[in-house]
Amino acid sequence: MQLAVPSASGAFEPADPAIEVEALTKRFKGVVAVDDLSFAVARGSVTGLLGGNGAGKSTTIGMIMGLVLPTSGKVRVLGIDMLRERHRVLARMNFESPYVDMPHRLSVRQNLEVFARLYGVAEIDARIAHLASDLAFEDLLDRPSGQLSAGQKTRVALAKALINEPAVLLLDEPTASLDPDTADWVRTHIENYRGGRRATILLASHNMREVERLCDRVIMLKQGRIVGDGSPEELLARFERSNLEEVFLDLARGRRQAQ
Amino acid sequence: MNNGFSLGRVGAMVRRYVYLLRSSVPRILDLVYWPLVQMLTWGFLQTYLAKAPAAGPIAGRLGLAAGALIGAMLLWDILFRSQLGFSVSFLEEMWSRNIANLMMSPLRISEFILSLMVMSLIRLAIGIVPVSLLAIWFFGFNLWGLGLALGAFFANLVLAGWGLGLFVSGLVLRYGLAAESLVWTMMFLMLPLACVYYPVTILPPWLQVFAWALPPTYVFEGLRALLIHHEFRGDLMAEAFGLNLVIFAAAVIGFQLMLENARRAGSLLQTGE
Repeated sequence: MQLAVPSASGAFEPADPAIEVEALTKRFKGVVAVDDLSFAVARGSVTGLLGGNGAGKSTTIGMIMGLVLPTSGKVRVLGIDMLRERHRVLARMNFESPYVDMPHRLSVRQNLEVFARLYGVAEIDARIAHLASDLAFEDLLDRPSGQLSAGQKTRVALAKALINEPAVLLLDEPTASLDPDTADWVRTHIENYRGGRRATILLASHNMREVERLCDRVIMLKQGRIVGDGSPEELLARFERSNLEEVFLDLARGRRQAQ
Repeated sequence: MNNGFSLGRVGAMVRRYVYLLRSSVPRILDLVYWPLVQMLTWGFLQTYLAKAPAAGPIAGRLGLAAGALIGAMLLWDILFRSQLGFSVSFLEEMWSRNIANLMMSPLRISEFILSLMVMSLIRLAIGIVPVSLLAIWFFGFNLWGLGLALGAFFANLVLAGWGLGLFVSGLVLRYGLAAESLVWTMMFLMLPLACVYYPVTILPPWLQVFAWALPPTYVFEGLRALLIHHEFRGDLMAEAFGLNLVIFAAAVIGFQLMLENARRAGSLLQTGE
């Protein structure tokens, strides 16, 4: 895949992809986790990275964030090379993962305040109050973060991910281990944020309903390679299936090959 | 948008560590507890040795009456606590699985390191100030009475503590909490070699070479020179400072390399308890 060419001035243009991945490969001690991956994510879109355990979703997200160094390949976010200049764009990104936590002894308010300061948020109290109201955890603000339930933690983690109103939001299994009601609630807020901000969202998940509901486009991964790429409707038509779960099972079990 | 060094982000991190410290009374008490126990133990031992009839002239030569033992103990605690203050704040991030949040934020490594240094000083002050004041009351040893020399001792010991703290934190970053025990134990490797309670000349000649490679050795020799011979050895302090700068710079490079290694191994997303 050819990366989008920046404008003549070298500046990032609205039409340029928000995320560009080119020939991205990651090997861990000889094991290939991500294998020559190339894709571009359009600005303002929600793209799902779908795949089973070990498909390479989290590693790909980690490389896009710059937390994992690729063995080879390139990543650009908002036109910035993440391997060389990631500090130029980090203030305009954020992420959420159930596998990353915040200090348990700090209250929710203190945790959010510290992140707001790290991201250079101007009106910190107002921003925290807005997020707490929007995500319905006003009553939790002064509770130690370690005393929250899984659902409450997810809401606070989402607030942390939205604290700087990121233009690019990376979500790694945002509803993992949540009950259906809370998961639905979280998805609604992700949809609302995308709609309100025209943010670009890249979502790693193995929850088919989540992906069908949220994503304009789905990239299916298996053993670190793309085995399907298109809108949910296109994938269903291409695989002649009625839902993404059946498509996923076909691909996971090798019943069909990408076309 | 500020892409360069930001004191605001350093302040944000210090604020976080102060919140963390404030949230746990046992941890605050712990900062005072061990220095106090150490001070009392060494203080009473010194009093006993100074008063023992058989020790008479020897005690005088060793500067026991002048507080050589208790002074050395307090300086050792400055060294040890400055390293712990640095590394424990870092460990807080690992324990709470927060390191990926930080590395993904605009926080720069230099800002992170500076915040750990500031927090080390805060934790050190909480532990050492009350204990040093109690040493005056209990044993008549006034650490503050060392005057400008104390400033030179303090700067060199704290810099040495930060250097080791940074190196050990890098190891924890790279190898995860499996390497946590190094935070608590590595400094004790320095205890016999830095000649905290005895002169360097006591060591076999081949070991003296290693002792003089450690900046704290110069400080403890300097303390004995001051208390026993009433002489401030500026030359020793200058040598210690030069050595400290080299070691600290090496620790910064080592930390950066281990961070790169952790990114290569993908371990920043897998750290935690």
